[in-house]
Amino acid sequence: MYDIIIIGAGVIGAFVARSLSVYELKICVIDKHIDAAMGTSGANSGIIHAGYDAIPGSLKASLNIEGSRKMEKICSDLNIPYENCESLVVAFSDEEKKVLEQLMNKGKKGGIKGLSIINQEEIRRLEPNLNRDITWALLAKTAAIVSPYKMTINALENAANNGVEFLREYEVLEINKENDIFTIKTNKEKLRGKVIINCAGVFADEIAKMVGDKSFKIIPRSGEYIILDKSVGPLVNRVIFQTPTKEGKGVLITKTVDENILIGPDAKVISDKALHETHSDAIDYIYKKGLKITDKIPLHKSIATFTGVRATPDSGDFIIKESISCKHFINVAGMDSPGLSSAPAIGDYVLKLVTPMFLDITMKKNYTITLPTKKYFSNMTVNEKKEAIKENNQYGKIVCRCENVTEAEIVNAIHMTIGATTVDGIKRRTRAGMGRCQGGFCLPQVIDILSRELKIDKEKIQKGDDGSYILTRRTRV
Amino acid sequence: MKLIDLIIIGGGPAGLAAACQAKENGINNILLLERENVLGGILKQCIHNGFGLQYFQKELTGPEYANEFIEKIHKLKIPYKVNTMVLSIQPNKTIITSSKEEGYVVYQAKSIILAMGCRERPRGAIRIPGTNPSGILTAGTAQKFVNIDGYIPGETCVILGSGDIGLIMARRLTLEGVKVKAVCEFQPYPGGLSRNIEQCLIDYNIPLMLSHTVVAIHGKKRVTGVTIAKVDEHFNIIENSKQEIACDTLLLSVGLIPENELTSQMGIKMDQVTSGAMVNQTLETSIKGVFACGNVLHVHDLVDYVTMEGNRAANYATTYLNNSKNLMKKRITVIADKGIRYVMPQYIDIGEKNEKITIYFRSKEIYREKNTIVKCQKKIISRHKNLRLMPAEMEKILVKTEDISGDTIYVGVDTND
Repeated sequence: MYDIIIIGAGVIGAFVARSLSVYELKICVIDKHIDAAMGTSGANSGIIHAGYDAIPGSLKASLNIEGSRKMEKICSDLNIPYENCESLVVAFSDEEKKVLEQLMNKGKKGGIKGLSIINQEEIRRLEPNLNRDITWALLAKTAAIVSPYKMTINALENAANNGVEFLREYEVLEINKENDIFTIKTNKEKLRGKVIINCAGVFADEIAKMVGDKSFKIIPRSGEYIILDKSVGPLVNRVIFQTPTKEGKGVLITKTVDENILIGPDAKVISDKALHETHSDAIDYIYKKGLKITDKIPLHKSIATFTGVRATPDSGDFIIKESISCKHFINVAGMDSPGLSSAPAIGDYVLKLVTPMFLDITMKKNYTITLPTKKYFSNMTVNEKKEAIKENNQYGKIVCRCENVTEAEIVNAIHMTIGATTVDGIKRRTRAGMGRCQGGFCLPQVIDILSRELKIDKEKIQKGDDGSYILTRRTRV
Repeated sequence: MKLIDLIIIGGGPAGLAAACQAKENGINNILLLERENVLGGILKQCIHNGFGLQYFQKELTGPEYANEFIEKIHKLKIPYKVNTMVLSIQPNKTIITSSKEEGYVVYQAKSIILAMGCRERPRGAIRIPGTNPSGILTAGTAQKFVNIDGYIPGETCVILGSGDIGLIMARRLTLEGVKVKAVCEFQPYPGGLSRNIEQCLIDYNIPLMLSHTVVAIHGKKRVTGVTIAKVDEHFNIIENSKQEIACDTLLLSVGLIPENELTSQMGIKMDQVTSGAMVNQTLETSIKGVFACGNVLHVHDLVDYVTMEGNRAANYATTYLNNSKNLMKKRITVIADKGIRYVMPQYIDIGEKNEKITIYFRSKEIYREKNTIVKCQKKIISRHKNLRLMPAEMEKILVKTEDISGDTIYVGVDTND
């Protein structure tokens, strides 16, 4: 019997689990996928917004601003790649400048510091590659970028180190409630719990329906992206947005924490929430929209395209409250942008909703809110590299040539508390396979290491979820 | 820090040839660095024959070809290190390496030969739309799985790209009982050698679909199929030609890119077209004493040509180390002009002595019965008649340094005749 069952191991589920994990509560996080961050949290822009977009007074506005303020400390505590790189919203006319002023005033009312409107000369100085017809820009000094999948995995790792269980490949089929106890029927065994927190992302409305809650609907909207190779260099140094229109924030260009360039997303309402598909017309569209920001995009340097699906709520704002139709069932839903930016604040917000549901709740004697500092080998100084290899010679073996990922890092990723069991799991934890050859060289070695460390046959090693096998059989001898 | 006269980075065909040649030239203080656990580079996994006809005048398999040099490395007692990754090279030729056995080791080289080879272009480089399941891999990765690791990556397969590795893998997988349903080629002509089309596709009844490409990948977990379509002469997709082929694997053989992280990190000037270093006629990069050869410089047609370039690099490195260089008086820039995709070298350094210089080039498209000409200051200084020029085949033309005036020469196809 669990005190709390959290459904969904995305960034929201992970931060909710982390906030709750310091209390004497028996908690599990369940996910239908084989790993954390396999939905929206693994495929988005990775931007920590300053917080001027949302309507003042909304949950989106307040949680974004609070999340953004907490982010740097949390990323440092949890070893999450983070950079306070700032953002610009660019305008092409005085008309658009008015929109920038509205955004700035909205942000200032919300207490956001470091907002200013800058002129062409200043834009040129900060971002020399931007097009010349950009006349004004809103500079947000607090905007930042993170690795969204590392953020999810590391927050969940922290929760797991505090005793939270992570149950993978548990798909929720049915939820029943009797005498104040929930029973969740899954594809595996039944789980019983006192409180359910629904962090199921694009599927949150379907989970809520299982307890008779039809109060909201998630409208899945896909967004496609192009990633450019690191060798492109600093095409932009900040997150560059275009002036928002009725259709949304539009296509942006940003650098990532790993020094790639990311262009996207578009926005399209889709029918199949689970289908992460790219389309040539969408890729053409985001490229053309990206060219409005800078005409210097070297498309031939693309290394990957991907699609993420936003969990847009029909209500407009985040839905974070106990269900009106079911006691002790808390919806944490509708987490489209700025969901990532708000995640740490959402964790604490949910904590306040949950604690009154338990009598005599106490904090654990031993808990931690940090992870041991572990730098990527590629980011170590010379002396750190020398030391690392001396301590563990697997640091001397580079497996992923493009990203300089060592065998030690891959082995560590497998043996962490919520260890990687798949090739994509290794990729999200270490970046092996995320470089310009996209795993061409390291895939066979990553399979070798997974097979060796997990003691399973190579044919059983998967890219991701069950069914995504990579090898079918031995060759004829 | 160890001081080494010549450090060669990469133990594939280019590096092996360079190491042997340098030693034979009398350079004794050599070190060959290889990141994999054995020497040989990509030749190790090329277990088919067809190598060596140009260089050895006999037909060898990849491992046999590599072995010719590996034996020589041992016989000549050339020092080498395997499982050793070069992490970075500084412009002053300090080389930083890492390995499990020796940890973090720093060398100081007097001269360097870059021979890191190339890598395959992945799906993302050509942005094939669709889902992101398992079962999509480059032909070379598949070749490693099959020929080195002994595993089959799928049972029904479509191959995109008719480069040689793709063709070889079509046959190799067929022999392993995999159903290869089609090889699609975007261009109206095949990318690989004619003999491979014959021996790998026609002999096994594998359809080659020219002017076809993959327009969508299907399957949430594993590939379940691909949609292919015909393209017109401007490479636009012909909508009503789309057809879905059920398969569990898509192999990509869509081009190679020189692997130049170390090169660009050390600040060497790069050629945007070849993705390799810019060099003069001695294969010397923009940093003195640093030479490049093989597929890290530009992608070659045959391994035999890689070997020959490795030998040349060793000879020029020897000259550099012996200080017997033809002193440079003037630098000439070689420009790829009309109809030419790239030229090699990109610079000619004219010295005290006159030289005959071979300029290698690839054309942008197929030309028949055309002259290639070299011009400087509007004067034609060299002309070569080609029965057929095609992008898949490297061509060459000679120029004499004494004929060059001005500071730029242009290599182009004479489209007037």
